[in-house]
Amino acid sequence: MSRQKNQSYKAHGLPKGKEREQRTLIRFKTTLMNTLMDVLRHRPGWVEVKDEGEWDFYWCDVSWLRENFDHTYMDEHVRISHFRNHYELTRKNYMVKNLKRFRKQLEREAGKVEAAKCDFFPKTFEMPCEYHLFVEEFRKNPGITWIMKPVARSQGKGIFLFRRLKDIMDWRKDTKNSDDQKDEIPVENYVAQRYVENPYLIGGRKFDLRVYVLVMSYIPLRAWLYRDGFARFSNTRFTLSSIDDHYVHLTNVAVQKTSPDYHPKKGCKWMLQRFRQYLASKHGPEAVETLFSDMDNIFIKSLQSVQKVIISDKHCFELYGYDILIDQDLKPWLLEVNASPSLTASSQEDYELKTCLLEDTLHVVDMEARLTGREKRVGGFDLMWNDGPVSREEGPSDLTGMGNFVPNTHLGCVNDRKEQLRQLFRSLQVQKKAPG
Amino acid sequence: MLQEESDLSLIIAQIVQKLKGSNLYAQLERQAWACLQRPEIRLESLKEDIKEFFKASGWEKKLQNAVYSELNVYPLPSHPSAPPEHLKEPLVYMRKAQGSWEKRILKSLNSMCTELSIPLARKRPVGEQKELLNKWNEMGTDEPDLSLFRPVYAPKDFLEVLINLRNPNYENGDSLSFRTHLGLIQVPLKVKDIPELKECFVELGLNTGQLGIDDSTQVPPELFENEHVRIGQKVLVQQDSAAAQQYIRQGSPTALRAELWALILNISSQPEDILYYEQLKTNVIQHDLLVDSLIYKDVKLTASNDDYYFVFEDYLYQVLLCFSRDTSVLSHFAYNSASPPKSYIRGKLGLEEYAVFYPPNGVIPFHGFSMYVAPLCFLYHEPYKLYQIFREMYVRFFFRLHSISSHPSGIVSLCLLFETLLQTYLPQLFYHLREIGAQPLRISFKWMVRAFSGYLATDQLLLLWDRILGYNSLEILAVLAAAVFAFRAVNLMEVTSLAAAEAVLADLSTLKVMPLLQIFLFATVT
Repeated sequence: MSRQKNQSYKAHGLPKGKEREQRTLIRFKTTLMNTLMDVLRHRPGWVEVKDEGEWDFYWCDVSWLRENFDHTYMDEHVRISHFRNHYELTRKNYMVKNLKRFRKQLEREAGKVEAAKCDFFPKTFEMPCEYHLFVEEFRKNPGITWIMKPVARSQGKGIFLFRRLKDIMDWRKDTKNSDDQKDEIPVENYVAQRYVENPYLIGGRKFDLRVYVLVMSYIPLRAWLYRDGFARFSNTRFTLSSIDDHYVHLTNVAVQKTSPDYHPKKGCKWMLQRFRQYLASKHGPEAVETLFSDMDNIFIKSLQSVQKVIISDKHCFELYGYDILIDQDLKPWLLEVNASPSLTASSQEDYELKTCLLEDTLHVVDMEARLTGREKRVGGFDLMWNDGPVSREEGPSDLTGMGNFVPNTHLGCVNDRKEQLRQLFRSLQVQKKAPG
Repeated sequence: MLQEESDLSLIIAQIVQKLKGSNLYAQLERQAWACLQRPEIRLESLKEDIKEFFKASGWEKKLQNAVYSELNVYPLPSHPSAPPEHLKEPLVYMRKAQGSWEKRILKSLNSMCTELSIPLARKRPVGEQKELLNKWNEMGTDEPDLSLFRPVYAPKDFLEVLINLRNPNYENGDSLSFRTHLGLIQVPLKVKDIPELKECFVELGLNTGQLGIDDSTQVPPELFENEHVRIGQKVLVQQDSAAAQQYIRQGSPTALRAELWALILNISSQPEDILYYEQLKTNVIQHDLLVDSLIYKDVKLTASNDDYYFVFEDYLYQVLLCFSRDTSVLSHFAYNSASPPKSYIRGKLGLEEYAVFYPPNGVIPFHGFSMYVAPLCFLYHEPYKLYQIFREMYVRFFFRLHSISSHPSGIVSLCLLFETLLQTYLPQLFYHLREIGAQPLRISFKWMVRAFSGYLATDQLLLLWDRILGYNSLEILAVLAAAVFAFRAVNLMEVTSLAAAEAVLADLSTLKVMPLLQIFLFATVT
């Protein structure tokens, strides 16, 4: 059990000393035309700027960031929705590298048991540079299934499953051939990952979980966990015999949408609350608690592994979409982290979830400078890590360090964000009016 | 005194008769023989010693549960010379109405058969049997062409029949008085009013802890929830049906619900039960019934389109297809006003020796039928367990929601209860809705027929069904329907058409059932 610091007076990232300017007009810019645009336009005091106008807030896409971030000057108050080198966490090959390195470090510093907590990522090898290591692992475990994923693509494109080395040989030949023909196509990096063969099934279907984590800074590490999220179901029944059936194994909604069984009305998603209740009725509350705290561990460790690598610019924040797969032993596995989780809504319920998620994100970013910086909960977001674990309990933490530490996460729990926000902002107003 | 005693002995005799034919009897006999080897059994006090043994080993509890189950399900015998039809339904005009409704359904089914030239039943060729066996766990992936099939009837057709029910012996008189019932149901059945409901549902009162209210996030669990869970675990350890039924009136903790329901319904999955289910499965594989297509269509139209139940599509087929072949369901027609439809082997119309019940379980599914099963998929994951629970729920409760009878839990009484509650305690709202042509029952009927499945959020629905089991009555459905109207009364007073009223009540998924019920029963000034 790590020594707990005195949490109660630690703010979450607002500059100490000088008062933050209250801004009445906030100029925002974004290229996304979905729920985000709706949320930004409806926010009181926020106006859109187009083209070359100056902005205070930019929800950019990653390509813009890559090209422009380095030569853009930003005032102190300005905020932008990505970290410069977020790909350390979100590109599969970098993430694997960082996690492996972090694990080694943890083993050196804290021992094997602590390091084993990083074993939430299925064995992954970068292609083509780690091909030989992969073959070694492959030979050690004959007959298991592997999944080949392109490093940088999303929405399930370019992914395939295989069991024989012959399959990759064929694939290598194919890609080599196409390279000869056209020189412009860059050699794409892939990762080969061990496929989780015993996923937890509900109604015979495979699913994965989408969870939202908001990181306000890396140094120190401050991360918020959103209470809502959803489980995305595959439309067809899970069986290992149908490796070629793209639709079974990839639960990404984008792929599901093209499946012949897909009915847009269904949406094939369950809210996390429903999922949590289902598990509780099947396995009991303790097992569910364990599963969810294992998921907390995934979020924290993955962020810690890139903490020293990511350029922690104070202007940056990032909303990550974590994809988690649960196996039949109720162990969560990290599939990937998305820096630009889809904000397009697939149904009314989805629209509401994403709208509330974005509204609360903007509350935490706090361009309006309303928060004190000591909040542990803003709407549906709970402060999960504040340069150290955050406890659910109020007041100074147990100084003996032996008390029952309950982490401040409520994934899949009741999200009464409206009432909480109302109370929060009312008390903030009262505090501002109070003298001194 | 003498009358009561003889009544009691009659009841005991009937229950003994019933249980003698059951599996439990055979098991008890076996146990009795086996325990003779034990040292504590002595010849001199054989009877007492065996009784002691049964008590200690839990077999007495099982017997108690079985007796309790019988008492719950079977109506008590009334008069020794009452004919068996009285057990089904004592009122003649109701029996007649049910009979003509059944004729209509059959006519509809037969005409569909003839139109599509599909036999009611046919044996599957071997190839098809193999295919179905392979696909057993994923029948939902099948997309048979069901466009020509229509559901045999929908709840609104049934409502029309109920609206036209009249007691020929009852003369209302033409003059309107304060007694005149302004709703759609015009039969004089006795229904409870709020004071009586308060007595009946006393455990839902303001001073009693409830799951669904006192387990909300603002309430510290030490106040009620922890203790309630502890008691629940104790009840399960004791394996006492009656105690479980009493306990669940305050709601069931999520983790204990599956076991509690099984205990209350007296379901324990013996090897014989699993075998029986497998046998039904074989029947499904070997023979194809016309009702199968109706089931397929219903699942595709309702459960598959539901945001939460679509995941369980495959289980629904596995349960419902077997259900239609289960002849043990026929025994519930002894106390159901409905009768199983009869079909005759080709060419032998009218000859009783060639009559068969069709479908084998005597129950013709209607539009929305699969929604009775869908919520159970949340709790039970082995098909045979899910099947047993559903079957028991059906023969105890659900059948009453689509047959015409005078039973207090029958749909007719529920409709009348709903309308009476509304007219008596929300007269302004009731009158307003009636004036704009939006009779409240037209909106709430579909909720009650489905026991609110598919309309409420699942966790709320399960809390509601906890109380159905706890009180062994469906009256709570009518009370909830009235409570929903009371809750949305302000909006409803402003609408000016049936369509607008439907719109106000279209989405019940955000409602919290227990606070609504509590407020309506215990906190409204009447």
